[in-house]
Amino acid sequence: MTGAEDILLEPFAAYGFMRSALVGIVAMALANGPIGVLLLARRMSLVGDVLSHAVMPGAALGFAFAGYSLLALSAGGVVTGLVVAVLSSAIARLRSPQEEVSLVVFYLLSLAVGVLLVTWRGSNVDLMHVLFGTILAVDIPTLVLMALLASVSVLALAAAYRPLLLESVDPAFLQSVSGGGRVYRVVFLALVVLDLVAGFEAFGTLLAVGPLLLPAAAARCWTARLAPSIALSTGLGILSGYIGLLLSFFFNLPSGPTIVLIGGVVYLLSLSLRRYRTGRTIAPQPA
Amino acid sequence: MDGRGERLDRVRAVLSGRTDTVWRAAQQAAGSGMERARLYLSRLFDGGYDPHVGTAAPPAIACADLTVSYHATRAIENVSVEFPSGSMTAVIGPNGGGKSTLLKAIAGILRPNQGRVDYDGAAPRAFAYLPQSDEVDRGFPISVGEFVAFGGWHGFGAFSPVSDALGDEIREALATVGLRDAEERPIDALSVGQFRRVLFARLALQRAAVLLLDEPFAGIDATTTADLLRLVEEWHVDGRTIIAVLHDLSQVERHFPRSVLLARRCIAAGETATVLTAESLAQAGFASAAIDAA
Repeated sequence: MTGAEDILLEPFAAYGFMRSALVGIVAMALANGPIGVLLLARRMSLVGDVLSHAVMPGAALGFAFAGYSLLALSAGGVVTGLVVAVLSSAIARLRSPQEEVSLVVFYLLSLAVGVLLVTWRGSNVDLMHVLFGTILAVDIPTLVLMALLASVSVLALAAAYRPLLLESVDPAFLQSVSGGGRVYRVVFLALVVLDLVAGFEAFGTLLAVGPLLLPAAAARCWTARLAPSIALSTGLGILSGYIGLLLSFFFNLPSGPTIVLIGGVVYLLSLSLRRYRTGRTIAPQPA
Repeated sequence: MDGRGERLDRVRAVLSGRTDTVWRAAQQAAGSGMERARLYLSRLFDGGYDPHVGTAAPPAIACADLTVSYHATRAIENVSVEFPSGSMTAVIGPNGGGKSTLLKAIAGILRPNQGRVDYDGAAPRAFAYLPQSDEVDRGFPISVGEFVAFGGWHGFGAFSPVSDALGDEIREALATVGLRDAEERPIDALSVGQFRRVLFARLALQRAAVLLLDEPFAGIDATTTADLLRLVEEWHVDGRTIIAVLHDLSQVERHFPRSVLLARRCIAAGETATVLTAESLAQAGFASAAIDAA
């Protein structure tokens, strides 16, 4: 069976950058699993997409003033991500029909400003780096930062899991028993931002939302319950990352897009193979 | 007391080098600052966690000159009305008459622009509010048991462990509303009537002295309505204060001893028989068909 070993293990045994990439993928999948599932359950995938773009102007600012400084890129990304998170929940509170449009405006503005900032001080190569990331270039300090951000978001999510759940399903009730609770929407969005910043080095601002949403969407095809979805989503995230890495290694493909592509294939397979579930997962959304 | 004198003393203390006095004052200031920060944070992140308060006697509730506006529109205007302790009151009136607004103001969800609600010193825990169910995201993947468990929020709050008895309490509450063995079902698999029963089970778990029900029987079948109405009457016999927004005037006449008729202003309030007169209903702007039904 040396043949299988050569294919499945050898790249990781032989190359340090493949090992780093794999560790990064596991770290991210552990955070992406629970956060992605909650994001989908709250029907906030559009918000997730917007936040991943909102990371870009900050990261670009960091790049413009400090070059490829890991800390500057990440700190900038966290700041603009949080600003847009707060703005978007302020808009959600207004319950205006403009909510969706405003989100798309945030998305476009972030992308435009981000691209302009990067090209102001850098080249097209830098732009590609910010937009699509380079998981094969992940070094130890980047890995530590990714793991740190992922750990913080998982631990904070675990601590706030109960109020977050209630805020998701019945915010009016949380308000009536606790006299508040809106803070948890912002807390959740902040965790999404941390998670996206953790994935940003590897996947770039355009694709970081892929490993967050695709495994969660695939998991939801198999189970309607929260805890099993989270476990399954984490597992699928690791699996599609692993397969994507191998494919990108053997066929010399850009790794980030390959991993996201595999995630998409896993989702489409799940969608077509799932047991028939009386339309529950596509039930109309109450107003 | 004498802030200026105290400040002068402190200055003198510094000048004369009595550092221990300064140190103690600084410690005190830091201590009270920490305490304030702790209170603020627990209110922000763990509001409503209050395991030590026993079930209080139901308070009387009095609204005095209450005005609540949404942007420029006044939903209710100068409403003064009393709900005696242990009373069971229906709030009725035309659509857009401010019924839900009044309930939300009493529940503390909306802040009045003018006037106040007097709770007779009751703790927030004494109140349970049943919203119109369309405010609940019924597609969220959570089981009936988990959903009902949140009724015990005061006992565990955001972070504290739940008591061992919670499971039994949930099963008991579900049995009370006629949903034995539904604990494991996801909430999105329930019919509208079943989901209303689940909301009532959560309400039962809250053990609140005051129940605020916003259209509790809207859009559900007659059997469910009868079952839940019986439950509300049991709570009334228990001596709790009950205020419900309702539409069905004959239901109000048969089951609710007191009523408030609201059409932005309070048209009439008191014994149901005296409130539900043709004259006051017409004044509230009810169509004549509704008056005949009453």
